[in-house]
Amino acid sequence: MVSAPVRTAPPPMPPPAPPVPGPARARRLVRWAGPAAGVVAVVALYAAFRGTAVLPHDDDAALFHWLNDARDWVDANRNSSPIFLYVVNYIRLGVAELYTLVQGGLVALGWPGLIGLAAGLGWLAGGWRIALVAAAGFAGVGVLGFWEASVDTLALTLSAVTLSLLIGIPLGIWAGRSARVRRIVTPVLDVMQIMPTFSYLSPILLLFLIGPASATIATMIYAMPPAIRITALAVQRVPGVTVEASESLGATGLQTLLKVRLPLALNTIMLGVNQTIAAALSMVPLVALIAAPGLGVDLIRALARVNVGAALVPGVAIVLIAIVLDRVTRSAARRREGGRRARAVRWGGFAVLTAAGIALTPALATEFPEQWQVQVVRPINDVVDWIEGHWYVFTGFLNDTVAYGLLNPLQDVLTSAPWWLVTAAVLAFAWRVSGPAAGLVAAACLVGVAALHLWEHGMETLTIVLVASLITIAVGLALGVAAARSRWFAAGLRPVLDAAQTMPSFSYLLPAVALFSNGRFTAIVASLIYAVPVVARLVEDGLRAVPATVIEAARSAGSTDRQVLWKVQLPMARNSLLLAANQGIVMTLAMVVIGALVGAGALGYDVVAGIAQQEDYGKGFAAGVALVLLGVMLDRITQGANGRRSPHKKRNA
Amino acid sequence: MGTAAIEVRGLWKIFGPKAGRIIGSPDADLEPAQLRAKTGCTAAVRDVSFQVRPGEVFVVMGLSGSGKSTLVRCLTRLIEPTAGELLIDGQDVCAMSARQLRDLRRHRVSMVFQHFGLLPHRRVVDNVAYGLEIQGMGKAERHEKAGRILSLVGLEGHEDSYPEQLSGGMQQRVGLARALAVDPEVLLFDEPFSALDPLIRRDMQAEVIRLHREVGKTMVFITHDLSEALKLGERIAIMRAGAIVQVGTPEELVGAPADDYVADFVRDVPRSQVLSLRWICRDPEPGEPLDGPELPAGTVIHDAVPAAMGSDRPIRVVDGGELVGVVSRVDILGAVRPRTEAPPVPPVSAGVSGEA
Repeated sequence: MVSAPVRTAPPPMPPPAPPVPGPARARRLVRWAGPAAGVVAVVALYAAFRGTAVLPHDDDAALFHWLNDARDWVDANRNSSPIFLYVVNYIRLGVAELYTLVQGGLVALGWPGLIGLAAGLGWLAGGWRIALVAAAGFAGVGVLGFWEASVDTLALTLSAVTLSLLIGIPLGIWAGRSARVRRIVTPVLDVMQIMPTFSYLSPILLLFLIGPASATIATMIYAMPPAIRITALAVQRVPGVTVEASESLGATGLQTLLKVRLPLALNTIMLGVNQTIAAALSMVPLVALIAAPGLGVDLIRALARVNVGAALVPGVAIVLIAIVLDRVTRSAARRREGGRRARAVRWGGFAVLTAAGIALTPALATEFPEQWQVQVVRPINDVVDWIEGHWYVFTGFLNDTVAYGLLNPLQDVLTSAPWWLVTAAVLAFAWRVSGPAAGLVAAACLVGVAALHLWEHGMETLTIVLVASLITIAVGLALGVAAARSRWFAAGLRPVLDAAQTMPSFSYLLPAVALFSNGRFTAIVASLIYAVPVVARLVEDGLRAVPATVIEAARSAGSTDRQVLWKVQLPMARNSLLLAANQGIVMTLAMVVIGALVGAGALGYDVVAGIAQQEDYGKGFAAGVALVLLGVMLDRITQGANGRRSPHKKRNA
Repeated sequence: MGTAAIEVRGLWKIFGPKAGRIIGSPDADLEPAQLRAKTGCTAAVRDVSFQVRPGEVFVVMGLSGSGKSTLVRCLTRLIEPTAGELLIDGQDVCAMSARQLRDLRRHRVSMVFQHFGLLPHRRVVDNVAYGLEIQGMGKAERHEKAGRILSLVGLEGHEDSYPEQLSGGMQQRVGLARALAVDPEVLLFDEPFSALDPLIRRDMQAEVIRLHREVGKTMVFITHDLSEALKLGERIAIMRAGAIVQVGTPEELVGAPADDYVADFVRDVPRSQVLSLRWICRDPEPGEPLDGPELPAGTVIHDAVPAAMGSDRPIRVVDGGELVGVVSRVDILGAVRPRTEAPPVPPVSAGVSGEA
């Protein structure tokens, strides 16, 4: 009775078609089910095993003692082991000699002579503007009252840069010419680039003792990768047809190298020199930790006492030197044409300015005149005090929010979770994002940190890095998107970013200290200032690289600006975005480690303590290695961009 | 003929792993796409043979990817051939040591490139003198010589300019001057005018013809442009997929294409401007008057039009004083008319030296 009318009733509306065809929906479910299940599993395991298999920090780990013993053995055999006697010690003496020579030369020029030489080189490289910048910059260093320390810093930088170029340029040429060498050199450079600068201070100290030689070598190691990389790129980029034309006329390999490849690569190589100098200068405060003479000593000492004014002045002096060297080498990298007359004017001006400076040297005082110096430490500290007093509500709020809202909870989780769970989670995440090889390497790095008995400090460092990267990437993405969409915004941002990239990295610590005093949050702020410009630039460049025709096509189909951004620009800029994330994280790690100088603690502090105190050497050494492992891990996890591009590269070759 | 300026016998160039093993194996006969799929190797030049006479302009023509640029680079081993024999002026180029090869490139064979390959950081005069410089010639002497060559190619007054200050056509004149400066026996041109505007290209072609008349060098000229090939080439080799399909004078290619590929190429060529009377003359019909104007068999059809207009009698076509046939007005009109489906007129006598 009931069923009959139903059966005879006219059929209602035909059932609506399912919005998503069955198989596709199922596939989408499967695609999300894996990661979701993974997250649930990790959370469940954390709840179940929380507090077990944790690796609390132990200052007396056997490994640290063993490393201390190894150091003692090296110290005992420094003058008898053949490796030291015939190789290492000679390197140390040779490098020290080079530094003494350069330093002596600069001192002998006297301050008028050095300013004159700088102006002359500026004139030679880029005319009167650059000459003025160079003279004003160097004079400014004197006015700030740091002439002598600046000369030491300059000598150290020039020695290290000279060595970097002497080794780096031939190596770069070789790598540019031979694919086999390139295959060997590239991964080594990759690791060098993600290695936090702190990590090789301890080993260098072990080999070359404390002093200018060690400092020069540490600086050289840090500064060499850009010289090699850019030289190789420059040599590779020389147009094949030009080389072929030279060969078709019967030039020998050497003739083609000297008359075609190098002249055509010269401007790019000069940019490599520029980058090498910039890298060298950013090492200045770090090598002060291993007793390098120069501005870094004053800076580090003031930072340790949170005396912002006293740290800012030598910091500004380093920035001035950086600006002068940057502008001079950058204009030298620009190709100029011009006949014999222009060349005569250039060299004539150089000779006149230099000679004038040197001629004034005997006439003027050897010391930079005291009456020309200005005292700015006190006024700066007054401003800092005022900021601390008046902005405390704001800065304190920010500090506490990040500390209690993000840092502490995350650190609690990472340090209270079993080490195997953290490792497994990293393995799964890296595997999913960047493939199995990256996952295995990342997990192996974490196991290494555990094996070094530095798990807890490693997790503390990781906490700061993760929080800082998160903020860095968010801010950088927003700025980059805004710059790509608005010409006005981009025009305003560009010079700021340009200036930011010229500055030595540590200089970002100073404003952060001024605002937030010491602590983990200060390191986060510093890494933000350091890494955001690069992230923003990569994002902007990536978005701008989307072909105009594609955007035009999307517009002509009636897309809104927002749709163009989300459906066209961001997906097409995927590789740039991944690269931006990768760079942001690696740079953040570098800065967080340096943040140990302003109280960020953890692994960075272990390294500093290991350098300062004999009995902590072993721990410091291990912490350096742990930092490299963390760097490699973070880099591998975010390598998705490069990892996925490589098969194409191979196919094209 | 004496010794050929250049003689190439069975030349192969295969790019890829273990390229040498492919030659002589059955794989060698595969089409390039199949070969690449099977072995991962690319056969750019396949079993190419030809001779270039001293003083001749020999054109190699083919579409892009046909291997012509690889072939010309093999001639001085800028690209090392995989197999084959290569003689320049009777000397075995493949057997030369690095030093002998450099000497060959420095003094006897020089090359002009499609994208010029000039040195942007050197003045024009130093670009032209580059070949002399690497031979070790002193500055004054090489500048003096370069100056003379520059006026030969019409660039006097531009000695102190930099390449980027010149137009494309002028830059290629610099490239030409650089090749001429070392006074080589052989000039190789790799699509030298492809990157230039049509009008400038025409000027440059005229320039090459003029230079050939004045300096009389042996020239090997690579092009993808059929009209350029017909204009410049005394003989033309047509390449397809790495192999030479046909070698012959422009007349032979247009009149007797070796296969459909060549026929397709030359379809749009105005036959009356390339073919000679030899290709259309026929035996006189019975009763046809044989007192018309007399023209040599090598006369281009187009040039026979005035004679045909001046007399209503058939033209008598003679070769070395001997009558080979007659051509009437109708025959000439038939050759001038736009071609539709008509197959080419079979030649009466023509030595076709094509090798496929």
